[in-house]
Amino acid sequence: MSLNQPDAEFESHLAFRNFLGKAFGIVCMVSTWFSIGALVVLLASVSWQASGWLNWSFITNYDSRHPEQAGVLAGLWGSLWLIFFTTIFTVPVGIGAAVYLEEYTQNGWIKRFIQVNLSNLAGVPSIVYGILGLTVFVRMFGLFGTKERVIELSLFVLTLEIPVPFGTTVLSGALTLSLLILPVVIVASQESLRAVPSSIRHASYALAATRWQTIRHQVLPSALPGMLTGVILAISRAIGETAPLVIIGALTYVAATPGDIESPADLLRNPGSVAEVPFSEFTTLPIQIFNWVKLPNSDFQHVAAASILVLLIFLLVLNGVVIYVRNRFQKNVRW
Amino acid sequence: MLKKLEPMINQTPQVTVRETSEPEVGNGLTPVKIETRQLDFFYGSNQVLFDISMQIRERSVTALIGPSGCGKSTFLRTINRMNDIVEGTSHTGQVFVDDVEIYDPRVDVVALRKRVGMVFQKSIPFPKSIFDNVAYGPRIAGNRNKKSLREIVEHSLKQAALWDEVKDRLHDSAMTLSGGQQQRLCIARALSTGPDVLLMDEPASALDPGSTSKIEDLIFELKEKYTIVIVTHNMQQAARVSDETAFFFEGQVIEFEKTKQLFTNPREKRTEDYVTGRFG
Ligand SMILES: Nc1ncnc2c1ncn2[C@@H]1O[C@H](COP(=O)(O)OP(=O)(O)OP(=O)(O)O)[C@@H](O)[C@H]1O
Ligand SMILES: [Mg+2]
Repeated sequence: MSLNQPDAEFESHLAFRNFLGKAFGIVCMVSTWFSIGALVVLLASVSWQASGWLNWSFITNYDSRHPEQAGVLAGLWGSLWLIFFTTIFTVPVGIGAAVYLEEYTQNGWIKRFIQVNLSNLAGVPSIVYGILGLTVFVRMFGLFGTKERVIELSLFVLTLEIPVPFGTTVLSGALTLSLLILPVVIVASQESLRAVPSSIRHASYALAATRWQTIRHQVLPSALPGMLTGVILAISRAIGETAPLVIIGALTYVAATPGDIESPADLLRNPGSVAEVPFSEFTTLPIQIFNWVKLPNSDFQHVAAASILVLLIFLLVLNGVVIYVRNRFQKNVRW
Repeated sequence: MLKKLEPMINQTPQVTVRETSEPEVGNGLTPVKIETRQLDFFYGSNQVLFDISMQIRERSVTALIGPSGCGKSTFLRTINRMNDIVEGTSHTGQVFVDDVEIYDPRVDVVALRKRVGMVFQKSIPFPKSIFDNVAYGPRIAGNRNKKSLREIVEHSLKQAALWDEVKDRLHDSAMTLSGGQQQRLCIARALSTGPDVLLMDEPASALDPGSTSKIEDLIFELKEKYTIVIVTHNMQQAARVSDETAFFFEGQVIEFEKTKQLFTNPREKRTEDYVTGRFG
């Protein structure tokens, strides 16, 4: 059949196929704009409510009974440290577990069993992790009685005073949040490891690389950007979590920041105070928001809106940092 | 010959060693480098190699020919134990390289693959620069010397007839190379570790006639020092480059002969049909 001989059946089908393609594109576009629209509405309403309330003293003040004097200092530093330690616990464990499952274990019923459980754990309500955190970290099964003891641990120049059980501290909070997001981080990391073509591994082995060298030089560099995306999403989720932290007993009103670090300058002046952070009491931005929203005085709604804005900016900065790091890694992999 | 293998055996000289009854050298023949004995190979329960016994001689080129799916690549991969990586594979029988049973548990597979290099059927550049691709093997083997790495990269790329095309863009991503260039890059990469056996799975399948003849020249040159086993679907190529040819059919070696003999005066009807293009 030559090109100038029309094929009626083919052409009517072709018109329909082109139509399908266009329709699908429009559906996708609508979905995108729907999400963006929702975000814009949220931002607009929050900004409108917060206007006039979000100023510098809002960032540097502790909470107060008077709406004009209430601020997010404790919640901001609390959230910051919580996320910092959550990340430190989650990334190595999550990526390590994913590498072990994908690169070291053989397919078999044990792996399938772990896999099914991981996916299930990712769907467990966060409040359940709160209960787990309360039992395991805050109270340590009551093994040490109710009276708190302090274990001293010397690390080079630092002496850590570790309370046992941990009680409601940044450490307990971070460990609880780590448990909460680990399944998601592991599953996402596994996905990106699986996306590395196995032919790359084979080529590496054929050049007399050991398994570790293959993982270190071929698999991880290719998979890391995808893994970090999983980590970003999970951590962003964790920042907004309130329920598990309330369960483990996080306070709504705290008159001190963790480690008494109230500004970056404090941190630089006395870096050793970081060692106290994990064992300090804390509150977080979402907990403060939750608390303010409940109050009858309507001015506190504006305070809540202002702190929602702070939380959103906090998230934005954090994501920006991780995306920057991710792009740095991506430079080493040159597809 | 055993001395060469010292690093491979990892100070355990009790490793299974090949024993032979008849003298094998003489009549202009080089010593046996690779030998398989009654080798069967399975993917799961699916047997794809049947009772393969072959002697491949040092400093010679052995061509493996046969229809698609007959087990040539699988056989090639048993020689550097690349099949180990595939889950659910198993074998019976023995494979010797330099008189050592390579499937002996005391043999270090990394040391084996250092000596037995491989070029895959599909070219697989790493997502790194051209330079880093070729330097990868020497680097992971512990070479940290910049000057020596540069020399190895240049030498390997020259051997693989790629140097002139890439010498000004060594730090570009290897993914920017054309298909044929990528294939030559993979040959350079396989040479970079300094193996003494080279397994080549259709190394010229994506190359133009010019590059193909360069690769064939390379094979001639390498034959002086290396033992080469090459899979090819190109009968002329097999006839041109190889000393001996094995005809594989449905997982068996039907005929394994001097190349000239196999092409001009095959013993088996099936061989004749295949090399004359009547089937396959
Ligand atoms: N990873 C694998 N898992 C299961 N079966 C496999 C695998 N690789 C190869 N096979 C099977 O083993 C048989 C031999 O395959 P092999 O790749 O060795 O053939 P070949 O002779 O190299 O073919 P070609 O000339 O097309 O490359 C085929 O039937 C193939 O389907
Ligand atoms: Mg093949």
